[in-house]
Amino acid sequence: MAEVPEPTHRRRSHAGTRDLERYAGLFAERTTVMRSSAMRDLMAITARPEVISLAGGLPDTSTFPPQSFAAQMTRIAQESAAEALQYGPTEGFEETKDCILEVMGAEGMLPDPDDIIVTTGGQQGIDLVTKTLVDPGDVVICEAPTYPGAVPVFCSYQADVVQVECDEDGMDIDVLEQLLGELRTEGRRPKFIYSVPSFQNPAGVTMSFERRQRLVELARANEILVVEDNPYGLLRYGGEPMPPLYQLDGGDFVIYIGTFSKILSPGIRLGWTVAPPPVLEKIVLGKQATDLCTSTLTQYFVREYFAERRWQRYIEDLIEIYRERRDVMVQALRDNFPAEATWTEPEGGLFIWATLPDYIDTSDLLAKALRADVAFVPGQAAYVDGRGRHSMRLNFSGVTADEIREGVRRIGEVIAEQVELYGTLTGEHRLPPAEEEPQPNVVPFRKAEGA
Amino acid sequence: MKVAVLKGGRSLERGVSLRSGARVEDALERLGHEVLAIDVGPDLVQRLVADRPDVAFVAMHGVGGEDGTVQELLEILGIPFTGPSAAACARCMDKVQGKDAIDEAGLPTPDWFAFNQTAFREFGAADALGRLEETLGFPLVVKPSRGGSSLGVRFARAPGEVPQALVSAFSYDDRVLLERFVDGRELAVSVLGDKPLPVVEAILLEGDRYDFEARYEIGRTRFVCPAELSAEEERAVTEAALGTYRALGCSGFARVDLILNDEGPWLLEANAIPGLTDTSLLPQAAEAAGLSFEQLVERILDLALHPAAA
Repeated sequence: MAEVPEPTHRRRSHAGTRDLERYAGLFAERTTVMRSSAMRDLMAITARPEVISLAGGLPDTSTFPPQSFAAQMTRIAQESAAEALQYGPTEGFEETKDCILEVMGAEGMLPDPDDIIVTTGGQQGIDLVTKTLVDPGDVVICEAPTYPGAVPVFCSYQADVVQVECDEDGMDIDVLEQLLGELRTEGRRPKFIYSVPSFQNPAGVTMSFERRQRLVELARANEILVVEDNPYGLLRYGGEPMPPLYQLDGGDFVIYIGTFSKILSPGIRLGWTVAPPPVLEKIVLGKQATDLCTSTLTQYFVREYFAERRWQRYIEDLIEIYRERRDVMVQALRDNFPAEATWTEPEGGLFIWATLPDYIDTSDLLAKALRADVAFVPGQAAYVDGRGRHSMRLNFSGVTADEIREGVRRIGEVIAEQVELYGTLTGEHRLPPAEEEPQPNVVPFRKAEGA
Repeated sequence: MKVAVLKGGRSLERGVSLRSGARVEDALERLGHEVLAIDVGPDLVQRLVADRPDVAFVAMHGVGGEDGTVQELLEILGIPFTGPSAAACARCMDKVQGKDAIDEAGLPTPDWFAFNQTAFREFGAADALGRLEETLGFPLVVKPSRGGSSLGVRFARAPGEVPQALVSAFSYDDRVLLERFVDGRELAVSVLGDKPLPVVEAILLEGDRYDFEARYEIGRTRFVCPAELSAEEERAVTEAALGTYRALGCSGFARVDLILNDEGPWLLEANAIPGLTDTSLLPQAAEAAGLSFEQLVERILDLALHPAAA
């Protein structure tokens, strides 16, 4: 035994800093809504290397050519090291905004560069907008299901989150209109409506043109802001391009959140928000307080990258890859999921939303799936009220075609076991996956699930 | 002293275990011990043999770490370890075995029936459901036999809800039990050595009393320690808990969960390795007894090294 024990790993000198009770009295009220859950613990073990994870939301960064990355970084080092290592303006560099204008232009939007703020990922846009607009108890409306990463943001500002059902054409605007009426009677004015209109996360659905128009009209008529989160708009694998809400509205009542995460890299943490000048002014103050400015280095990287004029070609490459993976996943679902299951067939984006028979709870199913070394996101993560128990989000962008086939096969197997068991328990002996031709299906997106 | 802290592993409760383990490591270092932190994996035996710890602190929860598997290895390697023996862990982990032992000791536990998946899949056990639902009444509780925390525990309010609850419970284990629901105060008694610590009560903060799932949502339950009990209630509860602890053959420590109503205490189960995180019940109970977390950890080590001193 060694005389002087070698520390087995690095460790802070204050060993007692993990004790909650020492700090419990100091926590802000809003931290009480930042809850942990058994499901989050389950998700923690999806990171085991042997697990095929369809639970992520990652773009495939292995498709980005390393030599191109190296060349750009070298150029920055040689030509503008001092500047790239310095602070930058809170709103972001004009050169970054030029790149943003190109990206938005590709979807038909022409914002004023002065209305843009460069943010640390699109996620910071959601945070800053909420910070700027929401007081505790204010109503925020979003889709049901909604982006799981937006929920903790709304909750941390103590918003009263109300979810409006989605179907295959996106948020149900009739329901929204009714809700707005009810809120008006109660004398409550929602601060904003959060929507991912194209290839929604998690549902994969895209809002129809007609609904987009109605949403924008409703926002104008009621003078409510719409926050359009559009990370996947350019990743379209089929169907006709749809005008963003921002374009339809002209930027009066639509705040637009964009990102380079899915079309270039999430690691550079670069996104942007476009807002009407008075709102933007407040957002800039909020950002100043949060982190002064977005990383200068990564803004320089984007500038160099866009100067090569290949960014659209790279997206085309991604589209090819992701389209194939989507097709593989859809086929795998047809081959392996039971006849009662439904799923969305997204025309773009990264996710498929599958809904199982209502006697299967996807959180429990995940426990079983993890024993088969495969993971997905249980639908509950996309709701604030415990709904979504029978659905799951499946990612197809960050995994190879073989992994998708094998992953979906394994999930199908554990589902089949549960279907069969349920059949035995209820006397309805059902056969797992139908042998007949797959239905031409299937966008049936279950409405009012679990309601 | 060189203390190996075993944590993590592949169980569904890996997250909680890592938090328990980290906190124990901190306490051990503050106490001046040499800590060997081991996230349990295929190299466990190799590491234990190479590093020869004086004692192992088992901070694992769920299948693999709390069911006697790791304890058996430690017994074979001759390394003293904290908490109950391998055999006692196995009895605690398996709720069916546990309830059998509690029942045999003459202690009250809610009526139950246990089933293997095979019984349903191959022997038509579903046809017996009606009869046992009649015996147990509604609501009834469906639990995976081996499973930690409350994973897979479901309440069925009517016959129609039983199949779905069974499907959920079978997601965690091949054996499940259906148990009569006993309404009452939810109590937990941690036992350290052979001494009961102050009783903890779980009180539902909000919502419908019969919104069962809410009980297991973190943040919706408040824990009170020591629970407000009359002297008579307290004696009945701690005696029942100690009886359960002994019936299961526990040593070192364990936590006994029970329900208290007008008929007295109803024993539900014992946890061989209760959580040791900053929100867990055993540390709370120890604190109510005047033991800091370090003192608790030191005492647990003592009990592992000198079992007779209990």
